[in-house]
Amino acid sequence: MSRGRFGVHGGQYMSETLMNELLNLEKQYNHFKEDPEFVEELNTLLKEYAGRPSLLYYAKRMTEDLGGAKIYLKREDLNHTGAHKINNVLGQCLLAKKMGKTRVIAETGAGQHGVATATAAALLDMECEVFMGEEDTKRQALNVFRMELLGAKVHTVTTGSKVLKDAVNDAFREWISRVDDTHYVIGSTMGPHPFPTIVRDFQAVISEEIKEQIIELEGKLPDMVIACVGGGSNAMGAFYNFLEDEEVQLIGVEAAGKGIDTEFHAATIAKGELGIFHGMKSYFCQGNYGQISPVYSISAGLDYPGIGPEHAYLHDIGRAQYVSATDDEAVEAFEYLSRMEGIIPAIESSHAIAHAMRVAGDMDKNDVIVINVSGRGDKDVAAIARYKGVELYE
Amino acid sequence: MSDKKDIKIADAFNDGKAFIGFLTAGDPTIEKTVEYVLAMEEAGCDLVEIGIPFSDPVAEGPVIQEANLRALSNNTNTDDVFEAIRKIREKSDVPLVFLTYINPVFYYGYDKFFKRCHELNVCGIISPDLPYDEKGEILEVTQKYGIDIISLIAPTSKERIQMIAREATGFIYVVSSLGVTGMRSEIRTDLESILSDIKEVTDVPAAVGFGINTPEQAKNIAKVADGVIVGSAIVNIIAEHGENAREPLVNYVKSMKDAIL
Repeated sequence: MSRGRFGVHGGQYMSETLMNELLNLEKQYNHFKEDPEFVEELNTLLKEYAGRPSLLYYAKRMTEDLGGAKIYLKREDLNHTGAHKINNVLGQCLLAKKMGKTRVIAETGAGQHGVATATAAALLDMECEVFMGEEDTKRQALNVFRMELLGAKVHTVTTGSKVLKDAVNDAFREWISRVDDTHYVIGSTMGPHPFPTIVRDFQAVISEEIKEQIIELEGKLPDMVIACVGGGSNAMGAFYNFLEDEEVQLIGVEAAGKGIDTEFHAATIAKGELGIFHGMKSYFCQGNYGQISPVYSISAGLDYPGIGPEHAYLHDIGRAQYVSATDDEAVEAFEYLSRMEGIIPAIESSHAIAHAMRVAGDMDKNDVIVINVSGRGDKDVAAIARYKGVELYE
Repeated sequence: MSDKKDIKIADAFNDGKAFIGFLTAGDPTIEKTVEYVLAMEEAGCDLVEIGIPFSDPVAEGPVIQEANLRALSNNTNTDDVFEAIRKIREKSDVPLVFLTYINPVFYYGYDKFFKRCHELNVCGIISPDLPYDEKGEILEVTQKYGIDIISLIAPTSKERIQMIAREATGFIYVVSSLGVTGMRSEIRTDLESILSDIKEVTDVPAAVGFGINTPEQAKNIAKVADGVIVGSAIVNIIAEHGENAREPLVNYVKSMKDAIL
């Protein structure tokens, strides 16, 4: 087996043009992650710039309303730029800078990763270009302007289905064309090795903090950790430090869109098959002789036909369970958390909340659920209004 | 042909410099693919690369991306491509290789795919997303059926060049430039030094592709390489002329082949 495997998944299925760059990235990452100066610099940025540690908040009203397990919310929505994406982006941009790169590129779905990358690039004085599917630039028009405000150039991707997958395609095409001075800041635990490992490591701070915080608050580990899964970075971050704690149930929630028995979903574990795409072996929504299927979710951030290779492995060995939530369930959860706790979650994170709403009531009152609220929902307000048939002008 | 002949990639390089043409199967139709491959061979093409269309051709520029889309919008699938090759083989012994992303091959099943290749005398596979480091994915099966994995070497390969070249079979595909496929006005890579690194460790022929468009460029490349690979320029002719591309294709291939003789 080649480098970067999680069971049969992962690997480096990439153009020869990028192979030396990937090998170098791995080498440099292995060096810098042990370099006290780099670690100190990154920790300072996470603390003083991104606002870490993020809160672990006891959702009292939600707990009482559902009448079962105690529910805690990991508030990644309170990070600077409003999502967990900043954890990875600060790490990768700092690494790129140390590697002598002057320019970063990124793909984005909902726009959160693009905004985070544009933010880090501004902070670290690097050039930044973001690739975003045309459909998503419409769904998330404000984030396009936000990225431009931060000094990034946004490329509207008009190829393929014009969503996240196509943005990744064009970001790879750009990287193949200009690799010397450019680092591709992949936004999720996906792509060729070493990206799934690097992104997971930079996001692992989420579970590291949850562990400390919950032991202080409850004197025990959580019984269940729930996170939404597209490519899988917030979930990998929330799961990672619990992998060895077998008693902690890990649940990833995929986007079921209009239902997993329709054509309109992005539920890779539920409906996908083993394949090789975007540099990795993993599960993908595909059909018709191995063509990658168009996927759908109300959430631009979960609208991806694959899943990170480590999640595919955790699924294979049964260490994590993967379920799904529909658009309707996610919207209901979005509204529920807003009213119940005064917290407007990202539509992505709302998928995780929807699953907690299903299971919490049947659990024991001594059980503890941690939901990773991966991002805030301000960006989604207009789209949810439209979904509910409300005309709203921004 | 009733008797199975043994067609080899080496046949393409036996008689001077090789001209290697590429087209995407099913663009504009699978019937035209058969006609155009035969036409290209008649016009002097020594080896034809046949692209299996894929939904997400990450290594391609706009010209070949659109050809993939056209082929898929006709519902061209892998079995159709094999059927086209069966028809080509009724009339021609031209060496053929597949250019395909690895997922359609994985999905079809490696054993089933390469068995079909063997039966139809398809000599090799070029897979833009299967680098040297991952060729273990298919190596056992390709060896079982005698199919060559065509190695790619890029301007960024540097110290990897000789590692890759040492294990190469069939021919070596030297990528002329950074970036995706597509026509370029100028090729700046130091091809001579890449090719001399290759020649130090192997006798497997090395052909250069990516960006080659004009007879002038082909002539210059042929001075240092064993063959010239042209994709986007051919696909562009097909895009422009659709079902009537036979004549312009023949003229173009002739002009390119003449330039490298």
